Amino acid sequence: MSVTREEVAKIASLARIRMEEGDLDHLVPEFNNILAFVEQLGEVDTSSVEPMTAVIPQKLRLRDDVVDADPLTGGGKRDDILANAPVAEHGFFGVPKVIE
Amino acid sequence: MSDLTQLGVKAIRDGVTGGEFSAVEVAEAFNTAVAAASELNAFITATPDHALAAAEKADADRAAGKDLGPLAGVPIGMKDLFATRGVQTSAASHILEGFKPEYESTVSQKLWDAGAGMLGKLNLDQFAMGSSNESSYFGEVANPWKASDGSNAKLTPGGSSGGSSAAVAARLCPAATGTDTGGSIRQPAALTGTTGIKPTYGRCSRWGIVAFASSLDQAGPMARSVEDCAIMLEAMAGFDAKDSTSLQMDVPAWSAELSGDLSGKKVGIPKEYRMDGTDAEILKAWDDGIAWLKDAGAEVVDISLPHTKYALPAYYIVAPAEASSNLARYDGVRYGLRDIEDGAGLQDMYATTRAHGFGDEVKRRILIGTYVLSAGFYDAYYTQAMKVRTLVQRDFENAWAECDVVLAPTTPTAAFALGEKLDDPLALYLSDIFTVPASLAGLPAMSVPAGLNSKGLPLGLQLIGKAFDEQGVLNAGLAIEQRAEFTAQPERWW
Repeated sequence: MSVTREEVAKIASLARIRMEEGDLDHLVPEFNNILAFVEQLGEVDTSSVEPMTAVIPQKLRLRDDVVDADPLTGGGKRDDILANAPVAEHGFFGVPKVIE
Repeated sequence: MSDLTQLGVKAIRDGVTGGEFSAVEVAEAFNTAVAAASELNAFITATPDHALAAAEKADADRAAGKDLGPLAGVPIGMKDLFATRGVQTSAASHILEGFKPEYESTVSQKLWDAGAGMLGKLNLDQFAMGSSNESSYFGEVANPWKASDGSNAKLTPGGSSGGSSAAVAARLCPAATGTDTGGSIRQPAALTGTTGIKPTYGRCSRWGIVAFASSLDQAGPMARSVEDCAIMLEAMAGFDAKDSTSLQMDVPAWSAELSGDLSGKKVGIPKEYRMDGTDAEILKAWDDGIAWLKDAGAEVVDISLPHTKYALPAYYIVAPAEASSNLARYDGVRYGLRDIEDGAGLQDMYATTRAHGFGDEVKRRILIGTYVLSAGFYDAYYTQAMKVRTLVQRDFENAWAECDVVLAPTTPTAAFALGEKLDDPLALYLSDIFTVPASLAGLPAMSVPAGLNSKGLPLGLQLIGKAFDEQGVLNAGLAIEQRAEFTAQPERWW
């Protein structure tokens, strides 16, 4: 299977990455080379195989239902969370206007 | 005094603890070496003050008669993928340039708690995606080794932990952290004559490590001896409730239990790793390794890992799929770069930020990942890859009925020239062909130096062990180290 220029452009748009025409010139053939490479997986008979769901099987833990049990990942960190925001206003993340 | 930068982790720790030299002298020696090696471009950010502060504390603790940690006075390099409080954590990307975390990753915190200090943040492939360190936004890293054939070309230090491997090989630090998703510790170690181990998936907490492919990412140490790797790994590993896949197991005393006596052990030699296109000198090194392990008392048996050839294509579905999901967080809103044209809306802001913030290889993987996860293709690509992953893991489980540890080459070639594979992403992917299977199966695996090839470049051998059996891997690695007697060093040109 191979993808067209339009399909790669569509995937880029789904992934929210702006693509210029020049980017697509090299990306489309690279994309198809990689797809051709991974396509050899089709040779493998997996009809009686379950897909892997855990690398090392273990029970998923539940944490204690306690507020701020771990202070590192608990609440009350507004300023820390905003410290690296490109735009922070009034204790919130700033974004361009989204309502017309 | 002899050159302190020649010393490894254990020698520094013991020297500081025993009062042979001060931790500050050590930190200053390494800080000087780092500052003089800018031509290698191994560090993105140098943090000499961090290293000095840890050293001063170690010296003060010793003077006060306090117990010193297992890494007291040891300055290390930190791959710039680990969040370090107040110090830029870039993942070698433009999109995280200037990002200074408000918190410390679990692994780095454990190292500081053990007494280590930080010489700086080490360069890497952007978001750890690459095998040559050429995808870094901050420029490629040069391998301190050069071929003896007079070509003088700059070589790759491997990737993604290429800053780590170059810095350890060039004696800019006695040890460094790395992360391994498909071979990013083992492949750079092999190409630089250094030693590195990827532990069992879940041994080291992923909390605070910039995520690439979460079901594969695993931190580990890189150093110049098996014992130094064991000491580092003991400090880095351990259960962390903040990582849902963290292993709830005690950390064994790997360094104390090290033994190069392999009597009663069986070493498997997988026939599928004898691939077309593998360098004849690599195959010779592999044969040497077999002889060394026999000499150490092991019985060598031929084994088969029949799905080996499908591991790499499965990896190049699974890893990009997880990456496309993980990297969705870079949106120009919460941290990192924001790029927006005047009057543009939110969707345009996302697309422009990500177009300018990510490098080509990162974009390529996000797009592949988005494609294989998209409706209509999910089963054909992603589900099939995860089924093949089950088969790769099953191959190893079957092998453990016949052997305790697997010996294989780490890479199909020695270090290649920077730029050589730049135009062909697929050719570069193939350099991880021997390391990816253990990653898919979550198994502990390490690379140890085997010797130099005819061009004077290092070659590495890989040991793969059962889940949780880092000890078996380290012991077999030690047996090789004791017999390879690898003492060569790159000649200084930087």
